[in-house]
Amino acid sequence: MSYRILMKKVLNPTVTMMDIEAPLVAKKADAGQFIILRVDSEGERIPLTVAGYDRTRRTVRIIFQVVGATTAALNQKEEGDFIEDFVGPLGNKTETDGLKKVCIVGGGVGCAIALPVAQKLHELGCEVHSIVGFRSQDLVILQEEFAAASDRLTLMTDDGTAGRKGLVTEPLAEALKNGENYDEIIAIGPLVMMKFVVATARPYGVKTVVSMNPIMIDGTGMCGGCRLTVGGVTKFACVDGPEFDGYEVDFDEAMERSVLYRDFERHAYENTCNLFRKEVK
Amino acid sequence: MANMSLKKNPMPVQDPIVRARNFNEVALGYTEEMALDEAARCLNCKNMPCVSGCPVKIHIPEFISKVKDGDFEGAYRVIARSSNLPAVCGRVCPQESQCESKCVRGIKGESVGIGRLERFVADWHNAHNPDGVVPAKPNGHRVAIVGSGPAGLTCAGDLAKLGYEVTVYEALHTAGGVLVYGIPEFRLPKDIVRKEVDTLKKLGVKIETNTVIGKTLTVDELFESGFEAIFLCSGAGLPRFMGIPGEGLRNVFSANEFLTRNNLMKAYLDNGTTPVYHGKRVAVVGGGNVAMDAARTALRLGADEVHIVYRRSLDELPARREEVEHAEEEGVIFDLLCNPVEILGYRNPDDRRDPRNGDVIGMKCIRMELGDADATGRRSPVEIPDSEFVLDVDCVIMSIGTSPNPLIKSTTDGLEVNRRGGIVVNEDGLTSRPHVYAGGDAVTGAATVILAMGAGKTAAAAIHKELSE
Repeated sequence: MSYRILMKKVLNPTVTMMDIEAPLVAKKADAGQFIILRVDSEGERIPLTVAGYDRTRRTVRIIFQVVGATTAALNQKEEGDFIEDFVGPLGNKTETDGLKKVCIVGGGVGCAIALPVAQKLHELGCEVHSIVGFRSQDLVILQEEFAAASDRLTLMTDDGTAGRKGLVTEPLAEALKNGENYDEIIAIGPLVMMKFVVATARPYGVKTVVSMNPIMIDGTGMCGGCRLTVGGVTKFACVDGPEFDGYEVDFDEAMERSVLYRDFERHAYENTCNLFRKEVK
Repeated sequence: MANMSLKKNPMPVQDPIVRARNFNEVALGYTEEMALDEAARCLNCKNMPCVSGCPVKIHIPEFISKVKDGDFEGAYRVIARSSNLPAVCGRVCPQESQCESKCVRGIKGESVGIGRLERFVADWHNAHNPDGVVPAKPNGHRVAIVGSGPAGLTCAGDLAKLGYEVTVYEALHTAGGVLVYGIPEFRLPKDIVRKEVDTLKKLGVKIETNTVIGKTLTVDELFESGFEAIFLCSGAGLPRFMGIPGEGLRNVFSANEFLTRNNLMKAYLDNGTTPVYHGKRVAVVGGGNVAMDAARTALRLGADEVHIVYRRSLDELPARREEVEHAEEEGVIFDLLCNPVEILGYRNPDDRRDPRNGDVIGMKCIRMELGDADATGRRSPVEIPDSEFVLDVDCVIMSIGTSPNPLIKSTTDGLEVNRRGGIVVNEDGLTSRPHVYAGGDAVTGAATVILAMGAGKTAAAAIHKELSE
């Protein structure tokens, strides 16, 4: 089975958006869930969180950062090309029941995943405050879309080249201090960011949901590679998550687990880049 | 005149020293001469005790007598009447506790090498006559099968031969289930699985990969799309962990993950795109076939030392004897009557950013002794006080079993499961939902390939009975 790329758009130098034709997945996909894809018949399986879906066009949107060999290979594909495998939707959808006022905190490419959550809550009439953070202006993505889905949007950059200078936890801390009574905070981004969003929220006791994206193979509960310690108990991100109560997640363990294949990935990425350079020549 | 040798023709194998470092198949298979000689040991008993030991009831004396006559294709046709996966079963069935355990020749001497002959016949067929499968005349009925492991493939084959339009749904990108992701290449080459799957496709079976039933589609949607019966055989799913401290360390893996990376994703190849951790000193916790597979895979990835850590003694090891022997020959160390209590991780007190923080640096174990027999008659192991010691390892693979996957149960109303999450079925494989059958590990919890195949056959027969009446 093959899955056609119907749309490709470069969002910034390292982040790309694609709409993939996958009728069965598009029919069911919802905010918070993920898919697993393989670019070609020898490729590895990588999980990507659903960044959107269009049930009439029968497409699922993915947004990915080029960080390794597989995402580099995916980024070489153009509109009309096919990818080998695309399976989902996996994991549980974001719980939105009863939410009246929510703060969404997105970091880097995590904003791509936070956006459909913001959009869904916005459509349901929930008051949405979004705080999105990037390293620098040229990495900023999805500003218009976030603005349209948020009642209040705060843009942060590490270097101050766009929006406010600083980390996403700063405006969050201010809002909480000023007495914003959020029903929930939803944080999606790098592990270290989510860890500190939780630390910021904890003194105020505001429920904080985080979206975990650990190492994974099958995505159906078979391999156990995606396991996390949540509330002292082993949980599988693929079937129990990917969203968890941030207060309960052992982030330090998750961070240690996430770097296991870093050297392998760096070598694979360099080899892939060299290969593409040769092709260009 | 029967060959009255008390011993089986030995199976030619790769030298243990050589094979412990490569992924090629360990057992090389009989030559025609060996097969003829071994077939001549069969007494062709009238009451066929061997057949009673076979979960899929292969007509064993009949196929062996064809081998004796040199009619290898005829022998294949006899096996194929009962089994859709002969080349697989000839390799992975625990014959010593099934057909061969009933063999009259085994009373004095060794039983006939039934499994070895089955493998020979299947390989001969694949090498000489791989085509020649003709789809049956369609009977107009549609059946969906959820999972393409041994239970699903068997059920699909039996139904397709009866003219059913069969669609098999598979969550992964390749069909075969545990035959593809679980059992290593050196025990069951993936080309063989692919050939068996191709044979089913030639029979008209459709295989839809990348489809997770319970997520992509539900059981109810399958009925809505026109299937008249569904066979659920989605496997045992979730790997178990012990719940001891340190299991979250990054060099601790489930056997499922470790084996899937190697078998399905080919991480052992030099140009593999999926990474796998190459432990230097590896402990595999557990004593089943999966534990043996994981230990032998770790050796082949270049480990200096691989330990099997098992809380009972050699006699209780649930793995096939042949797998245990092969593992021992290859240099796997057996730490028996020994149970892990904690996995130790590196932690630099002065540097929280030390990249080695979180690496496994050992596994604390405690010695065990066998106490009184429990309800099942197995003597249960009890800890010997103050006998803790640390096993010096940098990688731990947990192979202590699996529990059934909850995805289908949680999305299918009216599907009864037992305390352990296994789907409840009657003797025909029928679940608490009409027209929904189940079998294999999804029902029993982790078991063997041939038992799953037996369940696939039972369900196929019951589905045929239901839909043809």
